[in-house]
Amino acid sequence: MQFFGGSDISPSPPAPTASGNNAHMMYVFNRNGVCLLYREWNRPLHTLNAQQDHKLMFGLLFSLKSLTAKMDPTSFENHEMCSLDKGNLGVPQLPGQGCSFHSFRTNTYKLSFMETPSGLKIILITHPKTGDLRESLKYIYNLYVEYVVKNPIYTPGAPIRCELFNTSLDQYVRSIS
Amino acid sequence: MAPVAPRSGDAIFASVEHVNAELFTLTYGAIVRQLLTDLEEVEEVNKQLDQMGYNIGVRLIDEFLAKSNVSRCVDFKETADAIAKIGFKMFLGVGASVTNWDADGTCCSIVLDDNPLVDFVELPDTCQGLYYCNILSGVVRGALEMVSMKTEVTWVRDMLRGDDAFELQVKLLKQVPEEYPYKDDE
Repeated sequence: MQFFGGSDISPSPPAPTASGNNAHMMYVFNRNGVCLLYREWNRPLHTLNAQQDHKLMFGLLFSLKSLTAKMDPTSFENHEMCSLDKGNLGVPQLPGQGCSFHSFRTNTYKLSFMETPSGLKIILITHPKTGDLRESLKYIYNLYVEYVVKNPIYTPGAPIRCELFNTSLDQYVRSIS
Repeated sequence: MAPVAPRSGDAIFASVEHVNAELFTLTYGAIVRQLLTDLEEVEEVNKQLDQMGYNIGVRLIDEFLAKSNVSRCVDFKETADAIAKIGFKMFLGVGASVTNWDADGTCCSIVLDDNPLVDFVELPDTCQGLYYCNILSGVVRGALEMVSMKTEVTWVRDMLRGDDAFELQVKLLKQVPEEYPYKDDE
């Protein structure tokens, strides 16, 4: 077992290898927009302070989700429950309602996103060449259940301070390719 | 990627670690007993059990979602089915059925096939007002609140009070939409 924040985090984005080490950082938000967890493995450049950074990330996801749902050309179902607000961008939705996106990619990174029906949002930012991480995010959700939710000392809705969760997360994230 | 089919409650129940049923039943009994001693009023005990259940429910929902692969339910009917068929099976090891729907589909009853909490239990005369299993109603209420459904959960039939089944009434009060949590000027 290694201590988290170990010395194998290099200062520059490493080339993707089979052994992983592709993750840059991860955010976990709850339904109220509280950043429960922020982990950073490889992020040489910071442009904002932590609080602004978290808020910007949450705001982006919120808007992007709203956009993807409103642009959906296929489903009637989305509009039935809030038929009054049909077509209005930014109208509140029930968590999990409507279609959503699961990742986007830029030339320098890939952002993968998962939202559970309970409103938990897990965001993982990795090297742009990483594959489909939906299963990985599910696995991380399971780690969260085992190490955070089942921890009786943890107060729901509070920032996560569970060493065991961080350790197992760091270990798992190293294996992502 | 096609959506993964929800796992059955049986499969999940079989895959987790179990404790001895008597230990479970007796532990719960000891908790209720202690609450009766501490709080004295039966009404207070009902409230406390409900609150304890609520606290469990808000955590349990994540385990339920993570293990069952249940994604969003289309309507309250599907939700009730998921609780009865998967939820109760997964955590208590008992099945349940959904009945008594009202006309607009916002109120229904969940009838338990069996209730492992009440083995060895008889209510004495002094505790006739006690809802012995009130923790369960709290769990359902807490779990549903975390998926944006405000509900009211009450016992309508309780075998400890001489009825012929355990029946929980779940009434949907409102669904809470997700709103942007920050103010613009923050």
